[in-house]
Amino acid sequence: MEINLHKNKSILLNKEQISNLILRLSHEIIESQKNIDSIAVVGIRTRGEIIAKRIIQNIYENYKKKIDLGILDVTFYRDDFSENLGSPKVGPSDIPFNVNNKNIILIDDVLYTGRTVRAAMDELFAFGRPDSIKLGVLVDRGHRELPIRADFIGKNFPTSDNEHVHVLVSEIDGEDKVNLVKY
Amino acid sequence: MKKIESKHLLGLEKISKKDIETIIDVGFTFREVLERPIKKVPVLNGKNIVNLFFENSTRTKISFELAEKRLSADVTNFSASSSSVQKGETLKDTIQNIHVMKMDCVVMRHPVPGSCLQLTNYVDVPIVNAGDGTHEHPTQALLDMMSIKERFGKIEGLNIGIVGDILHSRVALSNIYGLIKMGANVKVCAPPHLLQRGIEKLGVSVCYDVDDLIDWADAINVLRIQRERMGIGLIPSTREYRTFFGITNERLARHKKELVIMHPGPINRGVEIDSEVADSDQAIILDQVLNGVAVRMSVLYLLLGSKDFE
Repeated sequence: MEINLHKNKSILLNKEQISNLILRLSHEIIESQKNIDSIAVVGIRTRGEIIAKRIIQNIYENYKKKIDLGILDVTFYRDDFSENLGSPKVGPSDIPFNVNNKNIILIDDVLYTGRTVRAAMDELFAFGRPDSIKLGVLVDRGHRELPIRADFIGKNFPTSDNEHVHVLVSEIDGEDKVNLVKY
Repeated sequence: MKKIESKHLLGLEKISKKDIETIIDVGFTFREVLERPIKKVPVLNGKNIVNLFFENSTRTKISFELAEKRLSADVTNFSASSSSVQKGETLKDTIQNIHVMKMDCVVMRHPVPGSCLQLTNYVDVPIVNAGDGTHEHPTQALLDMMSIKERFGKIEGLNIGIVGDILHSRVALSNIYGLIKMGANVKVCAPPHLLQRGIEKLGVSVCYDVDDLIDWADAINVLRIQRERMGIGLIPSTREYRTFFGITNERLARHKKELVIMHPGPINRGVEIDSEVADSDQAIILDQVLNGVAVRMSVLYLLLGSKDFE
């Protein structure tokens, strides 16, 4: 029997669609909060960080407000860290503002099991006590294993178990694209 | 998948350059953790680490213990002075007894060189050498290199001097192995009878005049003059040592150069180093202490976090 090792790949979102979705997320985030100054956007390394930076840029361009940016590396807080040690690089988290009394918008590229978000929330509490935490993602692909949902969703893509959603960003991968990869 | 190849940290002689780089890089990540309001991460939750100290130690023991606690590991301390070792129990029996109680990692300091290597024959958990006699003290050298990297942004190509009792110093030996591997130039400086014969074979150069060393070096690691060695005729007096090998204020003032001063502690102020020098901006002695906790967190995380490990 021949095993097919070729991955089946299809494009879910192109550059323009991604840009529009992130812009819409930015507007939704601002509209959801009465006090814009209390908002801080925290991206989860690595692609969540890039999306968070774009959201902050969008908010600056549209509302002339500079929003605080934070970056979380959740490696040390993961529940599967011993299985996951192969992850390419652990980097430091960078939360350059006081978390207390902030309304934190957590940003990641793909929402899947919810375990990363759980780890990120735990880690945030090591920095202080935020007023609230909300979650924004570019793609929600389903298959949650924890009672977690996103407050701001770019696009819902119901997927099957043998599929993966790969978000590519130009800052890291040289292009903006979201692929659906079948294994 | 493993992040480092090594299963133990016995010394820096055998470890690969890549492993050293990984340990230092991850160390900087833990430095950031140490700046947080809550300086604890749950990575080693449920792991038991035993600290076996057959020799006195203050800062290494505290540093390891802090590192373990900040990784959320459970810590058991053992010191030889208050144990069955006093009743004649051998190292093998001690360790096998501790091992059947399901330890996940052993950190050991022992006066006999090679004792950590011997330990690997008895137990199959990661062993971390916290100093074995006059052999190696790898975590000290790792924190020294991390501090150098923090200050200079690199290690490769730097001129690093080591001055003091090289012959009896495990700190010196681990530093030599590590620094040479990382591409630094190392020069040692000591009274001739406190240097191993043939030390050049390790890739270091030798000088006997501390002024030459200061002229040459970007950073100097000043070793403690171990007072316990004074009585046996190796050093005539602390004043004579200070005159010829001490990093004194006057000596540094004469050279007028930017030189980074390191010291593994505990400091004998006024002997190997002047108080003013130790407290000056060019000394990174307290950075070394902080990096010590971070680099030990990194070592334990990388050794214990591996999936291959049963």
